[in-house]
Amino acid sequence: MKLKSFKKGVHPEEFKNYTEHKSLERLPIPEQVFIPLNQHIGAPCKPVVEKGQAVKTGEVIGTSTGFVSSRVHASISGTVKAIDTFPHPLGMNSLMIHIVGDGNDEWVDTVTGESDWEQLSGAEIIDRVQDAGIVGMGGAAFPSHVKLTPPKGKTIDTFVLNGCECEPYLTADHRMMVERTQDVVSGTRILMKALGVSKAVIGIESNKPDAIEAMRKEAASFNNIEVIPLKVKYPQGAEKMLIKAVIDRDVPADGLPLDVGVVVNNVGTAIAVAEAVTRKKPLVERVVSITGDGIKEPKNIIARIGTPFQNLIDFCGGLSEKTAKVIMGGPMMGLTQHTLKVPVVKATSGILCLTDFSIIKNKEYPCIQCGTCIGVCSMSLLPTRLARFAQVENWQMAEELGILYCVECGSCAFVCPSKIPLVQQIRIGKMCVNEIKRKEKLETA
Amino acid sequence: MNYTFLVYAVLSMGGIGLFFSILITLANKKLHVEEDPRIELINDLLPGANCGSCGYGGCANFAENLAGEKSQLSDCPVCGAEAAEKIAQILGVDVETGERKVAIVMCQGGDGVVKKKADYEGIQSCIGATFVSGGERACNYGCIGYGDCVAVCPFDAIYMNDKGIPVVDRVKCTGCGNCVEACPRNVIEMHPISHHVFVLCRNEDSGKNSRAVCKAACIACKICEKAVDGVGFTVENNLVIVDHDRYTKELVLPTEKCPTKCIVIVGEADEA
Repeated sequence: MKLKSFKKGVHPEEFKNYTEHKSLERLPIPEQVFIPLNQHIGAPCKPVVEKGQAVKTGEVIGTSTGFVSSRVHASISGTVKAIDTFPHPLGMNSLMIHIVGDGNDEWVDTVTGESDWEQLSGAEIIDRVQDAGIVGMGGAAFPSHVKLTPPKGKTIDTFVLNGCECEPYLTADHRMMVERTQDVVSGTRILMKALGVSKAVIGIESNKPDAIEAMRKEAASFNNIEVIPLKVKYPQGAEKMLIKAVIDRDVPADGLPLDVGVVVNNVGTAIAVAEAVTRKKPLVERVVSITGDGIKEPKNIIARIGTPFQNLIDFCGGLSEKTAKVIMGGPMMGLTQHTLKVPVVKATSGILCLTDFSIIKNKEYPCIQCGTCIGVCSMSLLPTRLARFAQVENWQMAEELGILYCVECGSCAFVCPSKIPLVQQIRIGKMCVNEIKRKEKLETA
Repeated sequence: MNYTFLVYAVLSMGGIGLFFSILITLANKKLHVEEDPRIELINDLLPGANCGSCGYGGCANFAENLAGEKSQLSDCPVCGAEAAEKIAQILGVDVETGERKVAIVMCQGGDGVVKKKADYEGIQSCIGATFVSGGERACNYGCIGYGDCVAVCPFDAIYMNDKGIPVVDRVKCTGCGNCVEACPRNVIEMHPISHHVFVLCRNEDSGKNSRAVCKAACIACKICEKAVDGVGFTVENNLVIVDHDRYTKELVLPTEKCPTKCIVIVGEADEA
């Protein structure tokens, strides 16, 4: 049978073999954590604890009054040692709460045992999701309660669970689907109830046959959840591509999945939701794949939010001597780190350690107008043109050609035979075009 | 040889030429637009660099708007006092020439001074590096060092020194402000040319953290503040603020006492 997928895209070598059959392991409670106050898209939190204050695991340490924001919780019990700026994996220095642990891992008493979520109304579920500080755990870190509250006038009819994990190397979602199948499915059902939809589809790429089988078995007792195996292709995990692949609906380039009646969530988010709603457990840990040829023992680890990368790497036997690059996330969209002091954040799906051997040194050559990037752009844009217009600062043309619709998946730069850093150039362009639009808005207002 | 063809050709081409020249002369008379003669005069006096600081498409466009009284002469920061006076005469307005402003690069953290945190291989521009942890230098406030400011300067007034820090030629700089806008870290500032004492650091981190990344950082030690009894130098937000109005030449002391030598005297006292 022909597997479903979307148009265009690329198929990089998968490299999932490092960790795909390794069970989840729990990292020992770290001695200290650095919890950033901005781990999500939206307004950063303000600290609600003071220096020297004792905190318990799961205690709220940062909140925000904005709706598009997400609170942060202490991930270990201990004392607040400092509230200061520390390096953040996104590249800047940002305000973080530094907690030194007492080693007891004492939880706040609001966390309960298993309770029956089916009694709860949709609004109560969304409240619990918001209280737990859950964000999209696929990498974008968009606050989940916002996604679950569609604006008036939009009706949602389908829930899509994203189990693609299309980035090479990463296997966190894969292992979660195999080992925590029950939580994934109950999370899906909870999210369906919160959204008031009757149909859910789970898209899983066909390179994870054990996950597909496990999920099918678990979902078999619910006739409204369907598991769909998908052709292995990048960037299938992007919302718009996934919706096209699983239910064949086209999300407008400038629209959201909401516009076609769909909400997409990641497997990791579903598990976090299941824990938050049934046990009121806040989001204080996540699964991280430590992988690549630059790490001695690749593993899938359950780590507390705020644990420095160094702790996770030490737990995996350390970096090998020839390691040249450590990336947060996958090789396609991940961000290279300059220090291992950066903490695991809610969006850290993996830590990829690569040796010199695996890194292609990019000597840039002029564009040869081959059009390969155009052939793979999943948003059907013209990457070479966009990058060129961004380079010569022709913002008007760049905007006309849809520079703002670029999802920055990196397929174009991946296939470019001249190794032109297309995505970086397009990102500069996007920033400048947005800046100009913002100024224009201010002027007209 | 038969010359008839030649005669026909000359006559017909000449006839067509004559016909169109009459047509074009008539059209010129009928469609003539009276242009303000001042525009050309003003345009000749403007710097002609088309730098865009006035907010118009170029000097010619600005000249039109000046003549049409839609904009003011002070909108052009580049225009020198002499030219401004002449333009003011043409326009019949009073000229208000403020003090000339020049760009100051508020960072000394070049290669070898600031710590290097990583190798950067992406697009060699400052704005490009801001997307990738801010390039190679460990300081999150200082100069990134790929010369975006040099690239936008229409007057060739900035160059990179051997440490990778831009240097402003105070004679060539016209104060158009293009470099200020181009710098993603806001390291370049505009100051009147009579200001000479500056704290060349933008690092707002605590003294301990800023010293850890850069040898030339302001560490907010307050030695300068104490040396002058708070007249002219105050420490705010981990940085020294220089009060240029109150600072006088007699108070040269802090520049020598500064442990990281981040208080610097820029330019000569008699320049204008």
